[in-house]
Amino acid sequence: MENRDVVIIGGGPAGLAAALELKKGGIDDILIIEREKQLGGILRQCIHDGFGLTRFGQTLSGPEYAQRFIDEVLAMGIEAMTNATVIDLSGDKVVTAATPKGLIQVQAKAVILTMGCRERTRGALAIPGTRPSGIYNAGVAQSYMNLFNTMVGREVIIMGSGDIGLIMARRMTLEGAHVKAVFEVLPYPSGLPRNIEQCLHDYGIPLYLSHSVCEIMGDKRITGVKVVEVDSAMRPIPGTEKVFSCDTLILSVGLIPENELSLAAGVELDWRTKGAVVDENLQTNVPGIFAAGNVLHVHDLVDFVSLEAEALAKGAAAYLKEGPLEKCAIEVGMDAGIGHIIPHRVSGTKDFQISLRVRKPVGKCTIMVKQGETVIASLSLPKAIPAEMIQFPVKAEKILTGERIEVSVHVK
Amino acid sequence: MLSKRTFTCIVCPNGCTIETVCADGAVKSVTGQKCKRGEEYVTQELIDPRRTIATTVKVHGAPWPLCSVRLNRAIPKKDIFRVMDAINKVELQAPVHIGQVVIANVCGLDSDVIATKELPAKE
Repeated sequence: MENRDVVIIGGGPAGLAAALELKKGGIDDILIIEREKQLGGILRQCIHDGFGLTRFGQTLSGPEYAQRFIDEVLAMGIEAMTNATVIDLSGDKVVTAATPKGLIQVQAKAVILTMGCRERTRGALAIPGTRPSGIYNAGVAQSYMNLFNTMVGREVIIMGSGDIGLIMARRMTLEGAHVKAVFEVLPYPSGLPRNIEQCLHDYGIPLYLSHSVCEIMGDKRITGVKVVEVDSAMRPIPGTEKVFSCDTLILSVGLIPENELSLAAGVELDWRTKGAVVDENLQTNVPGIFAAGNVLHVHDLVDFVSLEAEALAKGAAAYLKEGPLEKCAIEVGMDAGIGHIIPHRVSGTKDFQISLRVRKPVGKCTIMVKQGETVIASLSLPKAIPAEMIQFPVKAEKILTGERIEVSVHVK
Repeated sequence: MLSKRTFTCIVCPNGCTIETVCADGAVKSVTGQKCKRGEEYVTQELIDPRRTIATTVKVHGAPWPLCSVRLNRAIPKKDIFRVMDAINKVELQAPVHIGQVVIANVCGLDSDVIATKELPAKE
């Protein structure tokens, strides 16, 4: 069995950024294992612009953003194995991968989980009706159109207002499809306001909030959907059903971190994020296994994925050079206004970054980080929406006790 | 005559809600933006809304059938589909490099269509 200091599972934006930062931190024995034939992950199919505003101060397409990292990885001589799928990860950090050369096993000192996420599918929503063709997840349609030159349909209904669905509404319109409407079950959009503006409003595509697809119709190919209005408890309102004809239904109903390998290794998951429970170093409950990017929690912007992976690399490099990291015994909890929070545990001796999402849209508010009655950090915002990830630093010098940290939203 | 309009800024993910007041064709006030780019965006939006677009073109001799492209400068919104038609007529030969000009000054709109993907020639 081969031995490596670090194996990085997944060569998307998180894996690439982690690799570079580890290398810059003096870790040389790195192997990236990527399932696809090229590095870059999901960015390869995200051809729209808007990437890199924070990091590079300019608006790039996904492939351009990825290429900057890929070029650097190659220039620094970091080894990346593509077309190779990790099929097992053990708790003692043995990575098993299916590669074109056969099955390989690598004993790693540290493993970086950067597998990204998957789309929630029709099966998970249990939409009644027939099982015709013409129903795609937004990201699948995006890969067909942007990578494989295959148009998925002409008369399109989109279910869910996630960002990928919005991006695809515009993309399909540009390629000549008629996108009839977007239906969102929640009373507010799931995607970013700028995408509602530039992907829907610009092209006159209506967005129906508090609406759900309640039936799929069609035999071989989808011919239409039945849509119903829902009340504040998301129960269908009888008598509000309407039928929309279509030949394509695009689902953009959420992303789920891909953690089958993590579970195999005994990594504890958070039911809210569906990603690993991590400490301030982004280390999981299994010492030496770290996670960052969309496999940890679904991000809004790739710029933040890169930053998170770089923060991870600092912790992972320290683990490799100095041995086990300081115990993180202080729990980080949240109130009902917050959907999820990263990290879950901290040491209290190190500055750390909080990442969170609010559960529902609120106006002017303050996010408070407290130990008992003592405020150790806070952030005031003009508004907060679930579509946006909120991040801010917490200083270790403010943490004076081992008491649990509570994060809460206070609306003014 | 005062006219008020509300915009969602598309420059960055903050998506600021920006209120504008215009009188007799002149911008009187712009409020709600977190940065100067927001002000520039709505001022432009009031007189001449512009967008960039991203799409793909066919490529020959590469491991993939498509190369992604985008505009390097925004074009008037009303010209988007005219530019799509022009881009759809183009085919490329691998290798293609990021930043390579695919169509210079597309439709005379002072914007170039540039490649956004590295595509090596197929061995």
